[in-house]
Amino acid sequence: MALEVLDLRKEFDGLVAVDQVSFRVEHGKVTALIGPNGSGKTTIFHLITGLVVPTRGDVVLDGRSLRGLAPFQVFRQGVARTFQNIRLFRDMSVMENVMLVHRYAGGGETLAAAIARRRLTKKEDETARAAALSSLKMVGLEAKKDALAGTLSHGQRKLLELARAVAADAQVLLLDEPTAGVFPDTREKIHQLVRQLASAGRMILFIEHDMRFVASVADQIIALNHGCKIAEGAPDVVLANEAVVAAFLGPQAHVQCRAPKPDSDAGDHGV
Amino acid sequence: MNYLFHLLTSCCLYSIITVGLNLVVGMAGLPSFGHAAFAAVSSYAAALTALHLGVSPWIGILIGTAVASLAGAVVGAVSLRLREDYLALATFGIGLLVASVARNWTSMTRGPLGLGNLPTLTLGPCSLGSPPAFFAVSALALLASFLFSYCVAASPFGRVLRAIREDEIAIMTYGKNTTRYKVTIFTVGAALAGLGGSLTAFYVQYISPDTFTVMDSVLLVLMVILGGMGSLGGPLLGAFVLVLAPEILRFVGLPAGIAPWARQLIYGALLVALMLRRPQGVLGRVSSGPVR
Repeated sequence: MALEVLDLRKEFDGLVAVDQVSFRVEHGKVTALIGPNGSGKTTIFHLITGLVVPTRGDVVLDGRSLRGLAPFQVFRQGVARTFQNIRLFRDMSVMENVMLVHRYAGGGETLAAAIARRRLTKKEDETARAAALSSLKMVGLEAKKDALAGTLSHGQRKLLELARAVAADAQVLLLDEPTAGVFPDTREKIHQLVRQLASAGRMILFIEHDMRFVASVADQIIALNHGCKIAEGAPDVVLANEAVVAAFLGPQAHVQCRAPKPDSDAGDHGV
Repeated sequence: MNYLFHLLTSCCLYSIITVGLNLVVGMAGLPSFGHAAFAAVSSYAAALTALHLGVSPWIGILIGTAVASLAGAVVGAVSLRLREDYLALATFGIGLLVASVARNWTSMTRGPLGLGNLPTLTLGPCSLGSPPAFFAVSALALLASFLFSYCVAASPFGRVLRAIREDEIAIMTYGKNTTRYKVTIFTVGAALAGLGGSLTAFYVQYISPDTFTVMDSVLLVLMVILGGMGSLGGPLLGAFVLVLAPEILRFVGLPAGIAPWARQLIYGALLVALMLRRPQGVLGRVSSGPVR
Protein backbone atom coordinates (compact mmCIF):
# COMPACT_ATOMS: atom_id res chain seq x y z
CA MET A 1 0.00 0.00 0.00
CA ALA A 2 1.35 3.39 -1.00
CA LEU A 3 0.82 6.59 -2.93
CA GLU A 4 1.33 5.73 -6.59
CA VAL A 5 1.77 8.27 -9.35
CA LEU A 6 1.07 6.49 -12.61
CA ASP A 7 2.15 7.83 -16.00
CA LEU A 8 1.10 11.41 -15.25
CA ARG A 9 0.97 13.90 -18.10
CA LYS A 10 -0.20 17.49 -18.00
CA GLU A 11 -0.42 19.89 -20.93
CA PHE A 12 -1.24 23.58 -20.59
CA ASP A 13 -2.41 24.87 -23.98
CA GLY A 14 -0.02 22.56 -25.78
CA LEU A 15 2.88 23.14 -23.36
CA VAL A 16 3.82 19.86 -21.70
CA ALA A 17 4.50 20.56 -18.01
CA VAL A 18 4.66 16.94 -16.85
CA ASP A 19 5.08 13.84 -18.99
CA GLN A 20 5.21 10.11 -18.30
CA VAL A 21 6.01 10.56 -14.63
CA SER A 22 5.51 7.53 -12.44
CA PHE A 23 6.76 6.85 -8.94
CA ARG A 24 5.71 5.37 -5.65
CA VAL A 25 5.85 6.76 -2.11
CA GLU A 26 5.79 4.11 0.60
CA HIS A 27 4.36 4.34 4.11
CA GLY A 28 7.00 5.51 6.56
CA LYS A 29 9.31 6.74 3.81
CA VAL A 30 10.50 10.22 2.95
CA THR A 31 10.72 10.91 -0.76
CA ALA A 32 12.25 14.05 -2.25
CA LEU A 33 11.16 15.52 -5.57
CA ILE A 34 14.00 17.55 -7.03
CA GLY A 35 14.68 19.37 -10.26
CA PRO A 36 15.47 22.80 -11.63
CA ASN A 37 12.86 25.56 -11.71
CA GLY A 38 10.11 24.75 -14.18
CA SER A 39 10.75 21.02 -14.13
CA GLY A 40 7.17 20.24 -13.07
CA LYS A 41 7.56 19.53 -9.35
CA THR A 42 4.82 21.83 -8.07
CA THR A 43 2.58 20.82 -10.97
CA ILE A 44 2.85 17.25 -9.74
CA PHE A 45 1.70 18.41 -6.28
CA HIS A 46 -1.22 20.21 -7.95
CA LEU A 47 -2.05 17.04 -9.91
CA ILE A 48 -1.97 14.86 -6.80
CA THR A 49 -4.14 17.25 -4.77
CA GLY A 50 -6.73 17.79 -7.49
CA LEU A 51 -6.00 21.49 -8.09
CA VAL A 52 -5.06 20.57 -11.66
CA VAL A 53 -6.64 17.74 -13.64
CA PRO A 54 -4.14 15.45 -15.40
CA THR A 55 -4.26 15.17 -19.19
CA ARG A 56 -3.37 11.50 -18.73
CA GLY A 57 -2.42 9.15 -15.93
CA ASP A 58 -3.65 8.57 -12.43
CA VAL A 59 -2.81 9.00 -8.77
CA VAL A 60 -3.69 6.06 -6.54
CA LEU A 61 -3.64 6.09 -2.75
CA ASP A 62 -3.73 2.70 -1.06
CA GLY A 63 -5.56 1.24 -4.06
CA ARG A 64 -8.08 4.12 -4.46
CA SER A 65 -7.85 6.39 -7.48
CA LEU A 66 -7.76 10.12 -6.71
CA ARG A 67 -8.35 11.11 -10.33
CA GLY A 68 -11.30 13.43 -10.82
CA LEU A 69 -11.64 14.25 -7.13
CA ALA A 70 -11.93 17.88 -6.04
CA PRO A 71 -9.16 19.18 -3.73
CA PHE A 72 -11.34 18.91 -0.63
CA GLN A 73 -12.14 15.29 -1.51
CA VAL A 74 -8.46 14.47 -2.02
CA PHE A 75 -7.78 15.92 1.44
CA ARG A 76 -10.50 13.73 2.91
CA GLN A 77 -8.84 10.71 1.33
CA GLY A 78 -5.78 11.54 3.46
CA VAL A 79 -3.56 13.91 1.48
CA ALA A 80 -2.45 17.23 3.01
CA ARG A 81 -0.01 19.71 1.56
CA THR A 82 1.92 22.91 2.08
CA PHE A 83 2.63 25.53 -0.59
CA GLN A 84 5.78 26.94 -2.14
CA ASN A 85 4.42 30.46 -1.62
CA ILE A 86 3.18 30.18 1.93
CA ARG A 87 -0.62 30.32 1.97
CA LEU A 88 -1.67 31.21 5.48
CA PHE A 89 -4.83 33.00 6.53
CA ARG A 90 -2.93 36.11 7.51
CA ASP A 91 -5.76 37.93 9.25
CA MET A 92 -6.59 34.96 11.44
CA SER A 93 -4.79 33.78 14.56
CA VAL A 94 -2.20 31.03 14.50
CA MET A 95 -4.61 28.82 16.43
CA GLU A 96 -7.46 29.45 13.98
CA ASN A 97 -5.17 28.66 11.07
CA VAL A 98 -4.57 25.20 12.46
CA MET A 99 -8.14 24.64 13.68
CA LEU A 100 -9.37 25.19 10.13
CA VAL A 101 -7.98 21.85 9.02
CA HIS A 102 -10.01 20.00 11.65
CA ARG A 103 -12.90 18.01 10.31
CA TYR A 104 -16.07 18.59 12.33
CA ALA A 105 -17.52 15.14 11.86
CA GLY A 106 -20.53 15.97 14.04
CA GLY A 107 -21.58 18.81 11.77
CA GLY A 108 -20.30 21.60 14.01
CA GLU A 109 -19.03 23.54 11.03
CA THR A 110 -22.44 23.96 9.39
CA LEU A 111 -24.73 26.98 9.39
CA ALA A 112 -27.34 25.05 11.36
CA ALA A 113 -24.81 24.37 14.09
CA ALA A 114 -23.79 28.03 14.16
CA ILE A 115 -27.37 29.07 14.88
CA ALA A 116 -29.18 26.24 16.59
CA ARG A 117 -26.68 23.71 17.96
CA ARG A 118 -24.20 25.95 19.67
CA ARG A 119 -23.46 23.53 22.52
CA LEU A 120 -22.44 20.82 20.06
CA THR A 121 -20.38 23.34 18.11
CA LYS A 122 -18.59 24.41 21.28
CA LYS A 123 -17.79 20.83 22.18
CA GLU A 124 -16.40 20.06 18.73
CA ASP A 125 -14.52 23.33 18.73
CA GLU A 126 -12.80 22.36 21.99
CA THR A 127 -11.65 19.10 20.40
CA ALA A 128 -10.35 21.02 17.38
CA ARG A 129 -8.57 23.47 19.69
CA ALA A 130 -6.86 20.69 21.63
CA ALA A 131 -5.70 18.99 18.43
CA ALA A 132 -4.44 22.30 17.04
CA LEU A 133 -2.54 23.05 20.23
CA SER A 134 -0.89 19.66 20.09
CA SER A 135 0.30 20.34 16.52
CA LEU A 136 1.54 23.79 17.47
CA LYS A 137 3.52 22.24 20.33
CA MET A 138 5.11 19.82 17.88
CA VAL A 139 6.51 22.69 15.82
CA GLY A 140 7.23 24.94 18.81
CA LEU A 141 4.66 27.62 18.05
CA GLU A 142 2.33 27.18 21.04
CA ALA A 143 3.48 30.51 22.52
CA LYS A 144 2.33 32.27 19.36
CA LYS A 145 -1.12 30.67 19.25
CA ASP A 146 -3.01 33.95 19.69
CA ALA A 147 -0.86 36.02 17.32
CA LEU A 148 -2.15 36.90 13.87
CA ALA A 149 -0.52 34.65 11.28
CA GLY A 150 0.40 37.71 9.24
CA THR A 151 2.67 38.95 12.04
CA LEU A 152 4.88 35.83 12.11
CA SER A 153 8.42 35.73 10.75
CA HIS A 154 9.12 33.75 7.57
CA GLY A 155 10.46 30.76 9.47
CA GLN A 156 7.49 30.75 11.84
CA ARG A 157 5.13 30.87 8.87
CA LYS A 158 6.84 27.81 7.41
CA LEU A 159 6.40 26.06 10.76
CA LEU A 160 2.75 27.09 10.92
CA GLU A 161 2.11 25.62 7.48
CA LEU A 162 3.77 22.45 8.69
CA ALA A 163 1.66 22.46 11.87
CA ARG A 164 -1.45 22.72 9.72
CA ALA A 165 -0.37 19.76 7.62
CA VAL A 166 0.41 17.78 10.78
CA ALA A 167 -2.95 18.66 12.33
CA ALA A 168 -4.68 17.31 9.24
CA ASP A 169 -3.64 13.84 10.44
CA ALA A 170 -3.19 12.82 6.81
CA GLN A 171 -1.47 9.68 5.61
CA VAL A 172 0.32 11.61 2.88
CA LEU A 173 2.10 14.90 3.46
CA LEU A 174 3.21 16.91 0.45
CA LEU A 175 5.67 19.59 1.54
CA ASP A 176 6.60 22.21 -1.06
CA GLU A 177 10.04 23.64 -0.20
CA PRO A 178 9.59 23.34 3.58
CA THR A 179 13.01 24.83 4.40
CA ALA A 180 13.24 27.58 1.78
CA GLY A 181 14.68 30.73 3.35
CA VAL A 182 14.63 29.51 6.96
CA PHE A 183 17.39 29.74 9.56
CA PRO A 184 19.48 26.65 10.41
CA ASP A 185 17.74 26.01 13.73
CA THR A 186 14.33 26.02 12.02
CA ARG A 187 15.68 23.77 9.28
CA GLU A 188 16.91 21.35 11.92
CA LYS A 189 13.50 21.42 13.59
CA ILE A 190 11.80 20.66 10.27
CA HIS A 191 14.32 17.87 9.65
CA GLN A 192 13.46 16.22 12.96
CA LEU A 193 9.75 16.68 12.42
CA VAL A 194 9.82 15.11 8.97
CA ARG A 195 11.70 12.07 10.26
CA GLN A 196 9.35 11.82 13.25
CA LEU A 197 6.29 11.88 10.98
CA ALA A 198 7.80 9.25 8.72
CA SER A 199 8.55 7.05 11.73
CA ALA A 200 4.87 7.31 12.61
CA GLY A 201 4.07 5.73 9.23
CA ARG A 202 3.23 8.83 7.19
CA MET A 203 4.14 8.97 3.51
CA ILE A 204 6.13 12.13 2.92
CA LEU A 205 6.86 13.66 -0.46
CA PHE A 206 8.70 16.94 -0.45
CA ILE A 207 10.10 19.40 -2.96
CA GLU A 208 13.39 21.00 -2.00
CA HIS A 209 16.29 22.86 -3.58
CA ASP A 210 18.62 22.47 -0.61
CA MET A 211 20.44 19.29 -1.56
CA ARG A 212 22.12 18.96 1.83
CA PHE A 213 18.72 18.82 3.44
CA VAL A 214 17.51 16.41 0.76
CA ALA A 215 20.47 14.10 1.22
CA SER A 216 20.11 14.09 4.98
CA VAL A 217 16.38 13.48 5.28
CA ALA A 218 15.21 11.59 2.17
CA ASP A 219 15.02 7.82 1.83
CA GLN A 220 14.66 8.15 -1.93
CA ILE A 221 14.86 10.89 -4.52
CA ILE A 222 12.95 11.42 -7.73
CA ALA A 223 14.67 13.86 -10.09
CA LEU A 224 12.79 15.73 -12.80
CA ASN A 225 13.82 17.86 -15.73
CA HIS A 226 11.54 19.47 -18.32
CA GLY A 227 8.58 17.60 -16.85
CA CYS A 228 10.16 14.14 -17.20
CA LYS A 229 11.63 11.84 -14.61
CA ILE A 230 15.39 11.58 -15.18
CA ALA A 231 16.45 9.60 -12.14
CA GLU A 232 15.07 7.75 -9.13
CA GLY A 233 16.70 5.98 -6.22
CA ALA A 234 18.75 6.43 -3.07
CA PRO A 235 20.10 9.96 -2.39
CA ASP A 236 23.79 9.15 -2.96
CA VAL A 237 22.99 7.46 -6.27
CA VAL A 238 20.64 10.13 -7.64
CA LEU A 239 22.75 13.11 -6.55
CA ALA A 240 25.77 11.60 -8.30
CA ASN A 241 23.79 10.89 -11.46
CA GLU A 242 25.25 12.78 -14.41
CA ALA A 243 21.87 13.66 -15.89
CA VAL A 244 20.80 15.15 -12.56
CA VAL A 245 24.03 17.16 -12.22
CA ALA A 246 23.67 18.39 -15.77
CA ALA A 247 20.03 19.37 -15.17
CA PHE A 248 20.99 21.53 -12.19
CA LEU A 249 24.34 23.00 -13.18
CA GLY A 250 24.92 22.25 -16.84
CA PRO A 251 26.76 19.32 -18.43
CA GLN A 252 30.23 20.24 -17.04
CA ALA A 253 29.30 20.30 -13.39
CA HIS A 254 29.65 17.53 -10.85
CA VAL A 255 27.89 17.02 -7.56
CA GLN A 256 28.90 15.24 -4.41
CA CYS A 257 26.42 14.23 -1.78
CA ARG A 258 27.30 15.67 1.62
CA ALA A 259 25.68 15.64 5.02
CA PRO A 260 24.41 19.05 6.24
CA LYS A 261 26.61 21.07 8.57
CA PRO A 262 24.63 22.11 11.66
CA ASP A 263 25.90 25.68 11.45
CA SER A 264 25.44 26.17 7.71
CA ASP A 265 23.79 29.38 6.42
CA ALA A 266 20.09 29.52 5.62
CA GLY A 267 20.46 30.36 1.95
CA ASP A 268 23.38 28.05 1.23
CA HIS A 269 22.14 25.32 -1.07
CA GLY A 270 24.48 22.38 -1.32
CA VAL A 271 24.41 21.31 -4.95
CA MET B 1 -41.63 63.26 15.01
CA ASN B 2 -43.10 60.95 12.38
CA TYR B 3 -40.38 62.16 10.00
CA LEU B 4 -37.73 61.03 12.48
CA PHE B 5 -39.38 57.61 12.88
CA HIS B 6 -39.61 57.34 9.12
CA LEU B 7 -35.87 57.99 8.79
CA LEU B 8 -35.03 55.51 11.53
CA THR B 9 -37.27 52.89 9.93
CA SER B 10 -35.49 53.41 6.59
CA CYS B 11 -32.15 53.02 8.38
CA CYS B 12 -33.28 49.76 9.97
CA LEU B 13 -34.68 48.34 6.73
CA TYR B 14 -31.49 49.15 4.82
CA SER B 15 -29.43 47.77 7.70
CA ILE B 16 -31.23 44.41 7.57
CA ILE B 17 -30.23 44.12 3.92
CA THR B 18 -26.65 45.27 4.51
CA VAL B 19 -26.19 42.83 7.41
CA GLY B 20 -26.92 40.05 4.90
CA LEU B 21 -24.77 41.60 2.21
CA ASN B 22 -21.90 41.92 4.69
CA LEU B 23 -21.97 38.16 5.28
CA VAL B 24 -21.58 37.67 1.52
CA VAL B 25 -19.19 40.49 0.60
CA GLY B 26 -17.43 41.30 3.86
CA MET B 27 -17.12 37.92 5.50
CA ALA B 28 -16.87 35.50 2.56
CA GLY B 29 -15.33 38.02 0.15
CA LEU B 30 -17.83 37.36 -2.66
CA PRO B 31 -18.53 40.44 -4.76
CA SER B 32 -22.27 40.93 -5.19
CA PHE B 33 -23.52 43.92 -7.12
CA GLY B 34 -27.09 42.76 -7.56
CA HIS B 35 -28.18 42.34 -3.98
CA ALA B 36 -31.16 44.71 -4.25
CA ALA B 37 -32.61 42.27 -6.78
CA PHE B 38 -33.31 39.80 -3.96
CA ALA B 39 -35.09 42.51 -2.02
CA ALA B 40 -37.12 43.29 -5.16
CA VAL B 41 -38.01 39.64 -5.78
CA SER B 42 -39.09 39.27 -2.16
CA SER B 43 -41.14 42.48 -2.13
CA TYR B 44 -43.03 41.43 -5.27
CA ALA B 45 -43.61 37.90 -3.94
CA ALA B 46 -44.90 39.28 -0.64
CA ALA B 47 -47.07 41.89 -2.34
CA LEU B 48 -48.55 39.52 -4.90
CA THR B 49 -49.43 36.85 -2.34
CA ALA B 50 -51.01 39.47 -0.07
CA LEU B 51 -52.97 41.07 -2.91
CA HIS B 52 -54.05 38.00 -4.88
CA LEU B 53 -54.17 35.25 -2.29
CA GLY B 54 -55.28 37.46 0.55
CA VAL B 55 -52.72 36.07 2.96
CA SER B 56 -51.68 38.04 6.03
CA PRO B 57 -48.73 40.40 5.48
CA TRP B 58 -46.77 38.33 8.04
CA ILE B 59 -47.22 35.27 5.85
CA GLY B 60 -46.36 37.47 2.86
CA ILE B 61 -43.08 38.42 4.56
CA LEU B 62 -42.29 34.74 5.18
CA ILE B 63 -43.11 33.84 1.58
CA GLY B 64 -41.11 36.79 0.23
CA THR B 65 -38.09 35.83 2.34
CA ALA B 66 -38.38 32.20 1.23
CA VAL B 67 -38.62 33.17 -2.44
CA ALA B 68 -35.59 35.45 -2.12
CA SER B 69 -33.63 32.60 -0.45
CA LEU B 70 -34.57 30.28 -3.28
CA ALA B 71 -33.52 32.88 -5.84
CA GLY B 72 -30.24 33.34 -3.93
CA ALA B 73 -29.61 29.60 -3.88
CA VAL B 74 -30.24 29.29 -7.63
CA VAL B 75 -28.13 32.33 -8.52
CA GLY B 76 -25.41 31.19 -6.11
CA ALA B 77 -25.31 27.63 -7.44
CA VAL B 78 -25.02 28.90 -11.01
CA SER B 79 -22.65 31.83 -10.57
CA LEU B 80 -20.43 31.09 -7.57
CA ARG B 81 -18.07 28.91 -9.55
CA LEU B 82 -17.04 32.03 -11.45
CA ARG B 83 -13.89 33.98 -10.69
CA GLU B 84 -14.37 37.10 -8.57
CA ASP B 85 -14.48 39.66 -11.40
CA TYR B 86 -16.91 37.59 -13.46
CA LEU B 87 -19.01 36.96 -10.38
CA ALA B 88 -19.29 40.72 -9.87
CA LEU B 89 -20.50 41.10 -13.46
CA ALA B 90 -22.89 38.17 -13.18
CA THR B 91 -24.52 39.52 -10.01
CA PHE B 92 -24.83 42.96 -11.63
CA GLY B 93 -26.53 41.22 -14.57
CA ILE B 94 -28.99 39.54 -12.19
CA GLY B 95 -29.90 42.99 -10.89
CA LEU B 96 -30.59 44.24 -14.40
CA LEU B 97 -32.57 41.11 -15.22
CA VAL B 98 -34.86 41.40 -12.21
CA ALA B 99 -35.44 45.11 -12.86
CA SER B 100 -36.30 44.34 -16.48
CA VAL B 101 -38.74 41.58 -15.52
CA ALA B 102 -40.43 43.84 -12.96
CA ARG B 103 -40.81 46.58 -15.56
CA ASN B 104 -41.98 44.43 -18.46
CA TRP B 105 -44.04 41.60 -17.00
CA THR B 106 -46.96 43.95 -16.74
CA SER B 107 -49.64 41.29 -16.38
CA MET B 108 -48.08 40.24 -13.10
CA THR B 109 -46.28 43.33 -11.78
CA ARG B 110 -48.26 46.12 -13.50
CA GLY B 111 -44.93 47.32 -14.84
CA PRO B 112 -43.95 50.93 -14.04
CA LEU B 113 -47.36 51.51 -12.39
CA GLY B 114 -46.32 49.21 -9.60
CA LEU B 115 -48.47 47.42 -7.03
CA GLY B 116 -50.28 49.63 -4.55
CA ASN B 117 -52.79 49.33 -1.74
CA LEU B 118 -50.81 46.70 0.07
CA PRO B 119 -52.34 45.75 3.41
CA THR B 120 -50.98 47.15 6.66
CA LEU B 121 -49.10 44.98 9.13
CA THR B 122 -51.28 44.21 12.13
CA LEU B 123 -50.79 42.54 15.47
CA GLY B 124 -54.17 41.22 16.62
CA PRO B 125 -56.46 44.22 16.58
CA CYS B 126 -53.59 46.75 16.53
CA SER B 127 -52.37 48.29 13.29
CA LEU B 128 -48.60 48.55 12.93
CA GLY B 129 -48.82 51.00 10.05
CA SER B 130 -47.90 54.12 12.02
CA PRO B 131 -44.26 55.26 11.80
CA PRO B 132 -43.45 54.54 15.49
CA ALA B 133 -45.06 51.08 15.38
CA PHE B 134 -43.35 50.12 12.13
CA PHE B 135 -40.07 51.43 13.50
CA ALA B 136 -40.46 49.00 16.42
CA VAL B 137 -41.10 46.11 14.00
CA SER B 138 -38.12 46.97 11.79
CA ALA B 139 -35.85 47.51 14.81
CA LEU B 140 -36.77 44.04 16.14
CA ALA B 141 -36.14 42.51 12.72
CA LEU B 142 -32.77 44.28 12.60
CA LEU B 143 -31.88 43.02 16.07
CA ALA B 144 -32.70 39.46 15.02
CA SER B 145 -30.64 39.85 11.83
CA PHE B 146 -27.71 41.26 13.77
CA LEU B 147 -27.79 38.42 16.33
CA PHE B 148 -27.95 35.91 13.49
CA SER B 149 -24.94 37.57 11.86
CA TYR B 150 -23.09 37.52 15.19
CA CYS B 151 -23.72 33.78 15.63
CA VAL B 152 -22.45 33.11 12.10
CA ALA B 153 -19.33 35.24 12.60
CA ALA B 154 -18.42 33.63 15.91
CA SER B 155 -18.90 30.05 14.69
CA PRO B 156 -16.62 27.54 12.95
CA PHE B 157 -18.86 28.09 9.89
CA GLY B 158 -17.94 31.78 9.95
CA ARG B 159 -14.28 30.88 10.34
CA VAL B 160 -14.42 28.91 7.10
CA LEU B 161 -16.10 31.87 5.36
CA ARG B 162 -13.27 34.16 6.45
CA ALA B 163 -10.75 31.58 5.24
CA ILE B 164 -12.50 31.54 1.84
CA ARG B 165 -12.20 35.32 1.72
CA GLU B 166 -8.48 35.15 2.47
CA ASP B 167 -7.41 32.21 0.34
CA GLU B 168 -9.96 29.91 -1.24
CA ILE B 169 -7.39 27.57 -2.78
CA ALA B 170 -5.69 26.97 0.56
CA ILE B 171 -8.90 26.19 2.41
CA MET B 172 -10.07 23.99 -0.45
CA THR B 173 -6.97 21.83 -0.11
CA TYR B 174 -7.71 21.52 3.62
CA GLY B 175 -10.93 19.65 3.09
CA LYS B 176 -13.58 22.36 2.86
CA ASN B 177 -16.15 22.20 0.09
CA THR B 178 -16.00 25.91 -0.61
CA THR B 179 -18.81 25.88 -3.17
CA ARG B 180 -21.21 24.58 -0.54
CA TYR B 181 -20.18 27.28 1.94
CA LYS B 182 -20.44 30.00 -0.69
CA VAL B 183 -23.87 28.93 -1.91
CA THR B 184 -25.09 28.66 1.70
CA ILE B 185 -23.99 32.16 2.66
CA PHE B 186 -25.25 33.62 -0.61
CA THR B 187 -28.63 32.09 0.16
CA VAL B 188 -28.56 33.54 3.67
CA GLY B 189 -27.60 36.96 2.32
CA ALA B 190 -30.46 36.80 -0.17
CA ALA B 191 -32.86 35.77 2.62
CA LEU B 192 -31.93 38.81 4.72
CA ALA B 193 -32.31 41.02 1.64
CA GLY B 194 -35.70 39.37 1.20
CA LEU B 195 -36.69 40.14 4.77
CA GLY B 196 -35.73 43.78 4.33
CA GLY B 197 -37.44 43.94 0.94
CA SER B 198 -40.78 42.48 2.00
CA LEU B 199 -40.86 44.64 5.16
CA THR B 200 -40.23 47.67 2.94
CA ALA B 201 -43.15 46.66 0.71
CA PHE B 202 -45.57 46.58 3.64
CA TYR B 203 -44.11 49.74 5.14
CA VAL B 204 -44.49 51.83 1.98
CA GLN B 205 -47.59 49.82 0.96
CA TYR B 206 -46.53 50.19 -2.64
CA ILE B 207 -43.79 48.71 -4.77
CA SER B 208 -42.59 49.40 -8.29
CA PRO B 209 -39.48 48.66 -10.36
CA ASP B 210 -38.03 51.84 -8.85
CA THR B 211 -38.30 50.61 -5.26
CA PHE B 212 -35.14 48.49 -5.55
CA THR B 213 -33.01 49.41 -8.55
CA VAL B 214 -29.54 48.49 -9.75
CA MET B 215 -28.32 51.73 -8.22
CA ASP B 216 -29.67 50.55 -4.87
CA SER B 217 -27.42 47.49 -5.19
CA VAL B 218 -24.46 49.82 -5.62
CA LEU B 219 -25.63 51.91 -2.66
CA LEU B 220 -25.86 48.76 -0.51
CA VAL B 221 -22.29 47.77 -1.39
CA LEU B 222 -21.22 51.32 -0.62
CA MET B 223 -22.88 51.10 2.81
CA VAL B 224 -20.98 47.90 3.62
CA ILE B 225 -17.65 49.30 2.41
CA LEU B 226 -18.14 52.59 4.22
CA GLY B 227 -19.04 50.93 7.51
CA GLY B 228 -16.20 48.41 7.28
CA MET B 229 -16.38 45.15 5.38
CA GLY B 230 -16.43 42.08 7.59
CA SER B 231 -17.04 43.98 10.81
CA LEU B 232 -20.34 43.25 12.54
CA GLY B 233 -21.32 46.85 13.24
CA GLY B 234 -20.01 48.24 9.96
CA PRO B 235 -23.04 47.54 7.75
CA LEU B 236 -25.35 49.17 10.31
CA LEU B 237 -23.16 52.23 10.57
CA GLY B 238 -22.86 52.47 6.77
CA ALA B 239 -26.62 52.20 6.30
CA PHE B 240 -27.39 54.78 8.98
CA VAL B 241 -24.78 57.24 7.64
CA LEU B 242 -25.80 56.95 4.00
CA VAL B 243 -29.52 57.17 4.75
CA LEU B 244 -29.20 60.06 7.19
CA ALA B 245 -26.44 62.11 5.52
CA PRO B 246 -28.56 63.44 2.61
CA GLU B 247 -31.32 64.30 5.10
CA ILE B 248 -28.94 66.12 7.44
CA LEU B 249 -27.55 68.09 4.50
CA ARG B 250 -31.08 69.43 3.92
CA PHE B 251 -30.64 71.48 7.08
CA VAL B 252 -27.24 72.98 6.23
CA GLY B 253 -28.91 76.13 4.93
CA LEU B 254 -27.69 76.10 1.35
CA PRO B 255 -29.20 78.71 -1.04
CA ALA B 256 -32.31 77.29 -2.68
CA GLY B 257 -30.95 77.62 -6.23
CA ILE B 258 -27.93 75.41 -5.69
CA ALA B 259 -29.12 73.25 -2.80
CA PRO B 260 -29.95 70.01 -4.67
CA TRP B 261 -26.68 69.64 -6.58
CA ALA B 262 -24.56 71.15 -3.77
CA ARG B 263 -25.93 68.52 -1.39
CA GLN B 264 -24.91 65.77 -3.80
CA LEU B 265 -21.49 67.39 -4.21
CA ILE B 266 -20.88 67.57 -0.45
CA TYR B 267 -22.21 64.04 -0.02
CA GLY B 268 -19.86 62.72 -2.74
CA ALA B 269 -16.87 64.67 -1.42
CA LEU B 270 -17.42 63.31 2.10
CA LEU B 271 -17.45 59.76 0.77
CA VAL B 272 -14.26 60.29 -1.23
CA ALA B 273 -12.54 61.89 1.77
CA LEU B 274 -13.56 59.02 4.03
CA MET B 275 -12.31 56.42 1.59
CA LEU B 276 -9.00 58.24 1.28
CA ARG B 277 -8.58 58.41 5.06
CA ARG B 278 -9.97 54.98 5.94
CA PRO B 279 -10.19 52.72 2.87
CA GLN B 280 -11.04 49.80 5.16
CA GLY B 281 -14.22 51.61 6.27
CA VAL B 282 -15.04 53.28 9.56
CA LEU B 283 -15.20 50.10 11.65
CA GLY B 284 -13.00 47.92 9.45
CA ARG B 285 -9.46 47.05 10.43
CA VAL B 286 -6.42 47.35 8.18
CA SER B 287 -5.46 43.79 9.01
CA SER B 288 -8.40 42.32 10.82
CA GLY B 289 -8.29 39.35 13.11
CA PRO B 290 -11.27 37.25 14.02
CA VAL B 291 -14.51 39.11 13.56
CA ARG B 292 -15.96 40.02 16.93
